[in-house]
Amino acid sequence: MLEIRDLHARVEDQPILKGVNLSVRAGEIHAVMGRNGSGKSTLSKLLAGHPAYSVTGGSVLFRGQDLLELQPEQRARIGVFLGFQYPVEIPGVSNLEFLRVATNARRVERGDEELDTFAFEDLVRERLKLVQMDPAFLERSVNEGFSGGEKKRNEILQMALLEPLVAILDETDSGLDIDALRIVAGGVCQLAGPDNATLLITHYQRLLDLITPDYVHVMAAGRILRTGGKELAVELERSGYDWVDQEVA
Amino acid sequence: MSTATVSDLVSQPYKHGFVTDIETEKIPKGLSEDVVRLISSKKDEPEFLLRFRLRAYRQWLQMAEPDWAALGHPRIDYQNIIYYAAPKQQEKKASLDEVDPKLLETFEKLGIPLSEQKRLSNVAVDAVFDSVSIATTYREKLAEHGVIFCSISEAVKDHPELVEKYLGSVVPGNDNYFAALNSAVFSDGSFVFIPKGVECPMELSTYFRINSADTGQFERTLIVAEEGASVSYLEGCTAPMFDTNQLHAAVVELVVLDDASIKYSTVQNWYAGDENGVGGIYNFVTKRGQCRGDRSRISWTQVETGSAITWKYPSCVLQGADSVGEFYSVALTNNYQQADTGTKMIHVGARTRSTIVSKGISAGHSSNSYRGLVQMGAKAIGAKNYSQCDSMLIGDQAAANTYPYIRSQQPDAVVEHEASTCRISADQLFYLQSRGIGFEEAVSMMVSGFCRDVFNQLPMEFAAEADKLLALKLEGSVG
Repeated sequence: MLEIRDLHARVEDQPILKGVNLSVRAGEIHAVMGRNGSGKSTLSKLLAGHPAYSVTGGSVLFRGQDLLELQPEQRARIGVFLGFQYPVEIPGVSNLEFLRVATNARRVERGDEELDTFAFEDLVRERLKLVQMDPAFLERSVNEGFSGGEKKRNEILQMALLEPLVAILDETDSGLDIDALRIVAGGVCQLAGPDNATLLITHYQRLLDLITPDYVHVMAAGRILRTGGKELAVELERSGYDWVDQEVA
Repeated sequence: MSTATVSDLVSQPYKHGFVTDIETEKIPKGLSEDVVRLISSKKDEPEFLLRFRLRAYRQWLQMAEPDWAALGHPRIDYQNIIYYAAPKQQEKKASLDEVDPKLLETFEKLGIPLSEQKRLSNVAVDAVFDSVSIATTYREKLAEHGVIFCSISEAVKDHPELVEKYLGSVVPGNDNYFAALNSAVFSDGSFVFIPKGVECPMELSTYFRINSADTGQFERTLIVAEEGASVSYLEGCTAPMFDTNQLHAAVVELVVLDDASIKYSTVQNWYAGDENGVGGIYNFVTKRGQCRGDRSRISWTQVETGSAITWKYPSCVLQGADSVGEFYSVALTNNYQQADTGTKMIHVGARTRSTIVSKGISAGHSSNSYRGLVQMGAKAIGAKNYSQCDSMLIGDQAAANTYPYIRSQQPDAVVEHEASTCRISADQLFYLQSRGIGFEEAVSMMVSGFCRDVFNQLPMEFAAEADKLLALKLEGSVG
């Protein structure tokens, strides 16, 4: 589904990714772990098309299509989703209206009909239950004044509405208390299925206690250093990232 | 977003920039007492009006162009302007069928159909082309309710006593430099009179179109609402693209008696000049309403998107006890546009209330200033004002300023002022885009969210229009 080959990228003049290879198939859950600055957040934003990153080499194919030449909105419409580590606040734009426009953009791309305000409200109320959000959130401006946990739940709600084929969740566990973490992880597990794939970008093992990955990748200095099963995450938790430093050195 | 895409979008053409090829009667360039007399005689005006014009002209000669606004432009050569231009057709026609089809076609192209079959269903329109009004729709239907809606030239002929009574009573001939100029040379405009107790049965609107190059447009609008009357009025404006600057100096006067109300909305889309700031309209306008009666109400709503320069401060003199003044404004500037706009709320009577909501959006290299005065007179016991001025910056080359002036001689009056500035950030845009929302739509979602409080005040038919207009004006301004 997603084929990343020898990907090189930089921010301004700073090279960040130095040859990433990663292959994700439908039905799989992958976890990418690593320290701050290892390049894992860059990888996720780059896949979504953030304009600050420029690709200097390599390729990314999404279902055989060159992802890198698409505008961010087009990537979203064909089913690539990025759950943000720090979702921004957008004052004045109603959350409900935002969710509806986004959902319809994806639906049109899939050949489904657009939902009017009434049909959309029915859908969104049903999906709200997945993240145990109060419908009052819909009336507020996008993320404005939301707590950290509320912002992350709003991200998962968007994922539930957009039904992506590949969901990239960037540090979705950061800043969550244990209850919020359970809700978020529960949502992700329910949405994962045989036809889609999930890429979890994370620092800690604790998210992986709730969502069991098929593969764990360890990233350092802009490359994937090691790949293994879920036991690799456990090993990292026990021995830390020091061995990674030695290997990079 | 790649730079190529951005520049493609910036060059989005102004869609009202065409010129109608029509034979026009123009008087020679330049301004003198003779020109003032010539305009008056062309219009066959009564003596009182000629005297009004000449008095204003002589006072104008003694005045200096104001320089306090945050605007910069080359000196205006007042002798290089044509003060009267009219499409050649002798009288204003009684029936639309007799109006030159080219003129009807022009307005149709602008989205203002005047012909019987295609009219906007519940909006009466006065269409002003260069210096004259060419048609006013639904006059008979309005007359049944006692409402007078016609061009000011016709009002001078048919209702001279009303014009003499009210013209210049809110904005005197020597009020300011541009108002004095207008008083001397105004050629046409709209006149509305709503008699006692009548609620105007439809929206009234005037569409101003400048067509000729080198011509100034100096229109004068006068609206009177007698006791208990009410009306909602909207004006729209466009002009062709010329690479020279053109002067537009209008005066609008509103008079509201006891328990009456006027809601005055403007969607201003004069040609703004090109992306290098060449050409465009200089828009120097004096708009003022007087709440003469108790419990009377004036509400100004403006969406200012055009003009190279906008200098305009729609104001309310709140004379009657418990009278209410409102000002809702969206001013958008892009490229090299400059706007210095705001309001004056002059509280005279007891318990008068006013609300000011101003939203300034600056993109490109433009400059956008809010300038407003709230004055509480000695007798304005229990008066209240609330002002909110928000600015949104797009890109890093644009400027926004806020100049609130507060003068109070009444310790019991309450004045509240809030101001904020925000910027559309690349991260916000990326967030919306990463959810499948296109770049343009993302910008317009954020801008219309920012303007919501003001758009809600527009008559329904025009609120959606205003939203679209803003989106169009901003295309490509974020990169």
